[in-house]
Amino acid sequence: MTARPIAVVGASAAGITAAEALRRAGWEGPLTLIGDEPHLPYDRPPLSKQLLHGAWEPERLLLRSKEQIDPLGLELRLGTRATGLDVATRTLTLDDGERLACAGVIIATGVAARTLPAADGLAGVFTLRTLDDALALRDRLSGGARRLVVVGNGVLGCEAAAVARELGHDVTLIGRQPVPMVAAVGPGIGELLAEEHTARGVRLLTGEVAEFEAASDPAPGAPAQIGGVRLADGSRLPADLVLLAIGSEPAVGWLADPALDTTDGLGCDAYCAAAPGIYAAGDVARWEHPLHGRPLRFEHRMNATEQAMAAARNLVAELTAERAAEDDGTGEGAERPERRPFAPVPYFWSDQYGLKLQAYGLTAGADQVETTVLEHDARRAVALFGRDGLAVGVLACALPPRQIRALRAVVATPVPWEEARERVREATTAG
Amino acid sequence: MKITIDAEKCCAAGQCVLVAPEVFDQRDEDGVVVLLDAEPPAEQHDAVREAAAICPAAVIEVQE
Repeated sequence: MTARPIAVVGASAAGITAAEALRRAGWEGPLTLIGDEPHLPYDRPPLSKQLLHGAWEPERLLLRSKEQIDPLGLELRLGTRATGLDVATRTLTLDDGERLACAGVIIATGVAARTLPAADGLAGVFTLRTLDDALALRDRLSGGARRLVVVGNGVLGCEAAAVARELGHDVTLIGRQPVPMVAAVGPGIGELLAEEHTARGVRLLTGEVAEFEAASDPAPGAPAQIGGVRLADGSRLPADLVLLAIGSEPAVGWLADPALDTTDGLGCDAYCAAAPGIYAAGDVARWEHPLHGRPLRFEHRMNATEQAMAAARNLVAELTAERAAEDDGTGEGAERPERRPFAPVPYFWSDQYGLKLQAYGLTAGADQVETTVLEHDARRAVALFGRDGLAVGVLACALPPRQIRALRAVVATPVPWEEARERVREATTAG
Repeated sequence: MKITIDAEKCCAAGQCVLVAPEVFDQRDEDGVVVLLDAEPPAEQHDAVREAAAICPAAVIEVQE
C-alpha cells in the first residue's frame, strides 16, 4: 500500500503556499495539489488592476515558475475539481470519479463571484474573479471607448471602475450603499474616494438593479448583447458592458459532510482545523481568531498566505502526533512540533488611481469609526475602527510607509480606544 | 542563498521588513521594498524564506 498523500484543494495563493509550507514543515510523503482552473497558481489582486489595465500580461501573475514548483514534488492536478469529502476517512472525491484517501487535507477553495440570474445568457456581462474573467473583460475594454456599468461599489467594483476610467471608458458605478466601499473603509474615507472617482469622471449612483435589457437589435444567431441596466427607480442606464462586482460566496458547496460547518465559509477552530486532519486556509476559511474572540473570514491576499502557512504547520504537527500515538500507543514523544493558534494582524490594500489604501486589523464590523483627514486634496487620511470600546483596526489613505508601519503596531492587539487615538495622532504627525 | 526582488510588483505592505529587518527595508517615498542584502548570512535564511512566503505580492524570489 502506498502512503497516503496530503491533498491541498485549491491551487491559488493559499493552495500553493500551503504546499510549500507543508514541505518546509517536514512533510515528505506524497503531496497533491488540486485546482479547478487549468492555470498554474497565479495571483488575483492584479486582475482588477495591472492585468485589466493591460500593464501586465498573465505570465507576470504566476506565483511560482515551473522551476520553483518542480522541487516540491507535487502531484499537480489542474483542471480538476473536488466534489466531495468524507471527513471520517479523509477521502476526497474528484470530478473524474476518483476517490483519494488522504493522510490530511487542506481546503483552500476560495470564493466564487456572486452573479445575478437576471443577467444570465446576455453577452457583455462579466464577473471578475479568475484570470479568464479578467482577460475576457480586458479584451472588451480594448479598441475604443465603451459604456461600462459596474454593479457593486465595494473594493473590487471601485478598483475596476478606476482602471476602466483611466483607459478612457464611460464608467458608471452603481451600488446599494450611498458611500462606496463603506463596509471596508468607513464613511469618511469612503467619501474621499467618492470625490476622487467623481473628479476622475466616474458617475456614482446609489440604487438597485431591477433588470438587464438586451440591445434593441441583437445580431442574428448571436447571443443577445447587453444594452442597458434598468434600476429599481425606473431609470435606465445604457451599457455596452456590465461588470457584476457584487461580492462572492465561499466555495463550500462541495462540502456536504455534516461533520463540517459551512455557514459563511468553512468553520474552523483557532488552529484552522475544521475536523481532525482537515484544515482550511484563505478566503474560504472562517476561524476563531484568539485575540478577537469571534469567528473571522477574510478575502484578503495576505491572509491567504499567512493562514496557509499556519494551517500547514498545524496539520503536520497533528499528523506527527497521530503517528507517534500509533507507534507507541501513547502519543507522548520528544521533539514533536506543537500546533499554534492562528492570530495574525490582518492586512489589506487597494490601489485606485494613484491612491494607496492600507488597513491593519479589523475594519469591517466596527461599531465606531473616527476619520482624520490630514490633507484633503491629496486624500491623505487615517481612520480608526473600534468595537465594544476597543480600537481594532486602522486604515491609511495615501500615507507614507513609516507612518503606516507605526499604525500597524497600534492595532496589533485590541487596545483601549482613547489610547489608540493618541497613538494614531502621534504616528501621523511624526516626521 | 541569493535573493532577487521584483520591486515593480511591490504593494508596500512592509511585511518583509517586519520579518527580516536586516535584509529588507522600504523606500521612504512610496514604501516599495529595498533589498539591503542580496546574499544574507545563514542565520537570516529562515526569516528570508518566511518573508518570501508571506509577501502578499509575491515580490521576493529566493534561490537556495
